Amino acid sequence: MLDNHARLVKVIASSGGIVGRKKLQKIIYILKKLGLPFEEKYTFHFYGPYSEELSIRIEELANLGFVSEVKEKKSNYYQYRYQVTDEGEDFIEQSPVKLPVVESLVEEMKGRSSRFLELVATMLYFDHYPKDEIEQKVQDVKKKSNYTSEDIQEAWNFIEKIKH
Amino acid sequence: MAYKDEKLHEEKVFKDPVHRYVHVRDRVIWDLVGTKEFQRLRRIKQLGTSFLTFHGAEHSRFNHSLGVYEIVRRILVNFDGRPNWNREERLLCLCAALLHDLGHGPFSHSFEKVFKLDHEDYTRAIILGDTEVHQVLAKVNKDFPQKVADVINKTYQDKLVVSLISSQIDADRMDYLQRDAYFTGVSYGHFDMERILRVMRPMEDQVVVKESGMHAVEDYIMSRYQMYWQVYFHPVTRSAEVILTKILHRVKELYHDGYAFKSEPVHFRSFFEEDVSLEDYVRLDESVVLYYFQMWAEEDDPILSDLAYRFVNRKLFKYVEFNPNLQMKEWMALYRTFQEVGLDPDYYLVVDSSSDLPYDFYRPGEEEERLPIHLLMRSRELKELSRQSEIVEAISGKKRTDHKLYYPQDLIERIADDVPGKRKILDILKQANQ
Repeated sequence: MLDNHARLVKVIASSGGIVGRKKLQKIIYILKKLGLPFEEKYTFHFYGPYSEELSIRIEELANLGFVSEVKEKKSNYYQYRYQVTDEGEDFIEQSPVKLPVVESLVEEMKGRSSRFLELVATMLYFDHYPKDEIEQKVQDVKKKSNYTSEDIQEAWNFIEKIKH
Repeated sequence: MAYKDEKLHEEKVFKDPVHRYVHVRDRVIWDLVGTKEFQRLRRIKQLGTSFLTFHGAEHSRFNHSLGVYEIVRRILVNFDGRPNWNREERLLCLCAALLHDLGHGPFSHSFEKVFKLDHEDYTRAIILGDTEVHQVLAKVNKDFPQKVADVINKTYQDKLVVSLISSQIDADRMDYLQRDAYFTGVSYGHFDMERILRVMRPMEDQVVVKESGMHAVEDYIMSRYQMYWQVYFHPVTRSAEVILTKILHRVKELYHDGYAFKSEPVHFRSFFEEDVSLEDYVRLDESVVLYYFQMWAEEDDPILSDLAYRFVNRKLFKYVEFNPNLQMKEWMALYRTFQEVGLDPDYYLVVDSSSDLPYDFYRPGEEEERLPIHLLMRSRELKELSRQSEIVEAISGKKRTDHKLYYPQDLIERIADDVPGKRKILDILKQANQ
């Protein structure tokens, strides 16, 4: 029961919480692209790959009390902090769902900006194209983001690193 | 005259119960409607299993696709000559609107989950592959099919074009809300679309709505909210969807176990193998699926025949509200007891969550989660809708999710009274229902 929910709780638990809705969206997408068994359907949106299914699932987890969602006020914006509750810990303990160890991977992604993860997720979205076409696609769909060639190279290095 | 500019000698119209008329003057659009891939959409219902709840909901993706095309056509009449709008994109928008659902399969939500498919991949494959649709689009020019695919995939560089077909206030939603309301017969789903179309304005990256049109947009958001809970999340429809999904799981499992079907499921073989060619995909429509369901109702496997019989004859599962946190122990007890009484809980005890359904609520797009609806203020400033509208703020702030537990009441009742688990199951379900 609720196997897909349990996988998400495990990711949030393994990393001691995740800050930012956009970051959470991109982290799960990147894990999915690395072959982890997430079933949330992603489509391309204004800010890169996005899953409405994931958003609703996180809301469900918060409503069930398995994950706490705290809205934090920053200087000129709000951000959401997600953490697993004690009940959420019990839930994943009882769940038969297995997930490979992702702690260090999630830690690695948490340390990056959501803007950078959006770039990585977008490049992975186009991974069926050759490398130069991926870069062109990124420039086409992310004109406003002004990603530099250094950003893109850093994203390639990052992808290479997390794939191994 | 270039093919892309060719007009029909006389305008063609489709009579439409929602928009009254769908107008076609472009040769390209008329030719696309005539392709076999587009005609196939007549055999895919827009609302999947909802016809088992709302008997009128037999309308197809063909109807809806024409409707989306018509709305975009009307929007573009309004955009013509306005700043930020490139008239050269007109045909691209119309084609993308018409073809946006081309890759949908029969009961596609369940099919995609069970067979790990994505209808968007097949939309792209039909547009770019060896198909009649591709031949028509390629006559416009050789890059045109790719452009249409990119718009539908939301990766086209001009985001204004994309937002007409896919955004939080797009032609797709505006058509399906009204069309689904019409065919289900519910009184929700109505809003003043003409007003919204009049106050839409093209901006660099998105369609925005003039401040003066805010109340019409509020009405649209309310309709959307009510339709979700009254129609799309209807518990009876979800019961039918649960059974449909379980049929597909069962038949797939039997196939991999080497079960000898009385009638060989040839149309499904590549789906079971998860290697579905475009040809296999487009020949499986709902008439074929329902034929197999009739056949499977006569199979020897008791689970498959029971589930198929249920779907065909609308013998659906009952349900209770379920809280997986507070009722975890009850769930575990039910699971064990179902096994003890010989009801396979993997097929007959199902928790269905709101996130299992393919619908979304309005999101104000905090933290750049997704692009919200923007109002164009008199000062030319853009403001997010829920910041201006208390009604929208109230709806988008309220998180409504639910979980339901589905089970076959009739099979439980049929268990002999002296079987110890029967009373236990009925007691737990009764308690959950209170």
